[in-house]
Amino acid sequence: MAGSFVGKLISPFSRAARAERTARQASERAQLRQTARKAGVPSVSVRDLSLSFGSVSALEHLDLDVADGEFLVLLGPSGCGKSTLLNCIAGLIDVTDGQILINGWNVTWEQPKDRNIGMVFQSYALYPQMTVRRNLSFGLRSARVPADEIKKRIARTAEILQIEPLLDRKPSQLSGGQRQRVAIGRALVRDVDVFLFDEPLSNLDAKLRSELRVEIKRLHQKLGNTMVYVTHDQIEAMTLADRIAVMKSGRIQQLGAPHEIYSRPINRFVAGFIGSPQMNFLSGELESGPPPALRAGELRIPLDRYAFDERGAAGGHCVLGVRPESVAIGADAAARPFSREVEIEIVEPMGAERLRSGAGLAVRRGDRRPPVMASGTDVSPPGGSLPATARPARTG
Amino acid sequence: MADPPSLEAAASRLPAVSRQLAGPRGPKPRPALSRRNAFLYGTLIVLALYYLLPLYVMVVTSLKGMPEIRLGNIFSPPVEITFEPWVKAWSTVCTGLNCDGLSRGFWNSVRITVPSVVLSIAIASVNGYALANWRFKGANIFFTILIVGSFVPYQVMIYPIVIILREIGLYGSLWGLVLVHSIFGMPILTLLFRNYFTSIPEELFRAARVDGAGFWGIYFKIMMPMSLPIFVVAVIIQTTGIWNDFLFGVIYTKPDLYPMTVQLNNIVNSTQGVKEYNVNMAATILTGVVPLFVYFASGKLFVRGIAAGAVKG
Amino acid sequence: MPAQKRRSRVLRNLNAKVASVPMILTAVVVFVGGTVWTIVYSFTDSKLLPRLHFVGLEQYARLWVTPRWLVAIKNLAIYGALSLTFSLVIGFLLAALMDQKIRFENTFRTIFLYPFALSFIVTGLVWQWILNPTFGIQSVVRSLGWTSFTFDPLYNSDIVIYGILIAGLWQGTGLVMCLLLAGLRGIDEDIWKAARLDGIPVWKTYLFIVIPMMRPVFITTLVIITSGIVRVYDLVVAQTSGGPGISSEVPAKYVYDYMFLAQNLGQGFAASTMMLITVIIVIVPWAYLQFGRARRG
Repeated sequence: MAGSFVGKLISPFSRAARAERTARQASERAQLRQTARKAGVPSVSVRDLSLSFGSVSALEHLDLDVADGEFLVLLGPSGCGKSTLLNCIAGLIDVTDGQILINGWNVTWEQPKDRNIGMVFQSYALYPQMTVRRNLSFGLRSARVPADEIKKRIARTAEILQIEPLLDRKPSQLSGGQRQRVAIGRALVRDVDVFLFDEPLSNLDAKLRSELRVEIKRLHQKLGNTMVYVTHDQIEAMTLADRIAVMKSGRIQQLGAPHEIYSRPINRFVAGFIGSPQMNFLSGELESGPPPALRAGELRIPLDRYAFDERGAAGGHCVLGVRPESVAIGADAAARPFSREVEIEIVEPMGAERLRSGAGLAVRRGDRRPPVMASGTDVSPPGGSLPATARPARTG
Repeated sequence: MADPPSLEAAASRLPAVSRQLAGPRGPKPRPALSRRNAFLYGTLIVLALYYLLPLYVMVVTSLKGMPEIRLGNIFSPPVEITFEPWVKAWSTVCTGLNCDGLSRGFWNSVRITVPSVVLSIAIASVNGYALANWRFKGANIFFTILIVGSFVPYQVMIYPIVIILREIGLYGSLWGLVLVHSIFGMPILTLLFRNYFTSIPEELFRAARVDGAGFWGIYFKIMMPMSLPIFVVAVIIQTTGIWNDFLFGVIYTKPDLYPMTVQLNNIVNSTQGVKEYNVNMAATILTGVVPLFVYFASGKLFVRGIAAGAVKG
Repeated sequence: MPAQKRRSRVLRNLNAKVASVPMILTAVVVFVGGTVWTIVYSFTDSKLLPRLHFVGLEQYARLWVTPRWLVAIKNLAIYGALSLTFSLVIGFLLAALMDQKIRFENTFRTIFLYPFALSFIVTGLVWQWILNPTFGIQSVVRSLGWTSFTFDPLYNSDIVIYGILIAGLWQGTGLVMCLLLAGLRGIDEDIWKAARLDGIPVWKTYLFIVIPMMRPVFITTLVIITSGIVRVYDLVVAQTSGGPGISSEVPAKYVYDYMFLAQNLGQGFAASTMMLITVIIVIVPWAYLQFGRARRG
């Protein structure tokens, strides 16, 4: 024990020692991952994380566990802290309090390069003056990885990402999709466990965005690595994620699978943020009935088929959320238990669907008009069919 | 690779309540004077000393009496502060035939700089405006010649200008020098104004034309009021450049019109007999006061002026 | 019909054309005309006044055997090469340090840049005083104990050009720092993050990634520095007056001295034409690279 310690002191820089150390680190990491996976330890763990810049708080007491192999999306509006959280996990920003663990190992004080993570940036950040091959190998050369090992890894990465013909080109000669693959490749050659994505598709046009989205999903299926992905686009979130963490003002509002977030939003923000076009909100008083109903002015919307939580249908102020696709119109509406005449103000044809906006369900002046999504004939009353979601928000 | 992983792995399987946050948390402890910071600020301070040294020496020397200078070294602060060198430099030093100090040169410089700045900016701003908004055939050729010409060393064009000035009777006069400064200020100023006017949205210009305004109308009513910052930058560049000029001042004027820089050089380098170092340094500071004042007062705009000059490339 | 069209085309934009007369006159008469005139007259034997008596390359032949000119050219070469190198190195060092989000950034920038606001005469005189062997650095160091310390560049023909270099760098590096700092700030922050994640040490990031990315800025800065170097005149006049002897002569001073003091216009014209040729040698390749690429690409 002592001998090897002294030996390490004396010749830490010799080539053989470096090669040995690199190989040892690689195998340690692989072992760590295996142990973690078997123990069910989450791949990425954020505990009580807080980050503030002076008096401004960017992240507040965050707790998050990302399971091994999971694709987790951090979703939220601008300024909610999702990119900041990602940068903290990467180690590019120092946290004010809390811990970050990767495969069970506390990396809070480790340098980004020692955390066994790779990151893909919004601008891809490929080194513009170097060929793809050099882009991939530069980091490895700095870490004193032996040359033949580098060659092996580049070959393997190029094969997985299908970028073999691009290896001698420069980034300016690549297409957007190719650049993304090279950016991912840069992380892949380092044999990282966790991939971080910081809004990689935000700068692209719609068509390219949907193409590359599919590529990322395909890659995740092929590689199986844990991926943490930041975006403000809900479609990306819903299509790519195993779980979504909806964030606002530095806190996680809800963490769950996409369908759960969509059909059972935990609060008004999540309900309003997810779903396009936006959910309709009606505020009023909850009457316990029977049947329980929402009284909004002279409207009385029966909620007999609504699944109340343990608070039940006790009275109080509350907000009812109705998704546009849950609003029936036309003849369909007339047959429903609750329906009202709503004057159609605007029709927005969207190809397969039509958005209709009317003012009928507004009680007080200034209330939002409910957009209705359906296909069919025009003038008609809406029907309150069973709303897919309703969020009683108690105030006062 | 610090902590043994297995400990944490085990710890994370505990129920949340009893999960003590063992191990490192929060920001990594750093010494207040980290190695990086010491290197960073250390280097900056050492370099800053190189830049501040001459200023310090100038000021300190100008406040000492001659005996003290002869005894001490240039870095020591004055034991006895005296403003006599300053007074002497300003009002009684001899240059050539006149013994009325640097004040003569100061006022000469003022009389040279102010008209030169006004004239050169007036010409260049109108030129830049014409190039940006009223492109006519051949305009770009002349502009390119102007820019290329600004790289040509002045020495090649000095004598022809002497001849031209002699022909129009301005050689040796104040206005001759003003004209020369305006000519050589044109390339960079025209570039500056042209780039600025190009960045003003074309729609504004078109709307004004539709309203019936002509070349000069648009210039005075629309362009000028909108470009105050760039005028200030131009004033900064020209004031500093013209005040500090030496070559043109020494060629195109007569001795009693010499600007401050020329006079300063004569005072220091041509005096026979005993050299009065403190007076020399006082004179040097006085010559530098105006451009330094412009520099300190203008702050970020000065840097902007430099960047604009760099756009030349 | 055609005559009318031609006339109205000239009249169109008349205001703009009239307003541009100064620019046109300057460009044609002064820049082009003046340069051509000087070159032509460099082939004459004008003395006190210009006269059109051609003598072929005689002026140039005389120029290149005059010791004073040869010293001037040598000085310019040394000063140019060293000034360029050190300006870029020191300027980049300053820019890199200033880019580190330091406190007091404005203060430091003010300190590094204020010499640029001064006249070369002021710079030359103050450094002349500092390098004065009797009172300046040499005497201070000697008084501290190193009695055999010699540092009198301004009295030593071999190293006088280095004394001028120190002064020139003091004045000019602030500008270089500003230009390079602007270039540094234009580098996408994500590149830094990516390099950090890849484990690339900071010095390697600068050397292999950032500096290559800043190539256009470096080239612009290089051109600006070079066009300033060729013109160095005021500094020499103030600091050394060309001395000791002729050992700190520079071409610009040679031109002035022969044109206006020695009453030998022909020599002056020939010398200034040589200066022009020097500039062309540097600028033309750059211009070709810059604009040729734009046309091709």
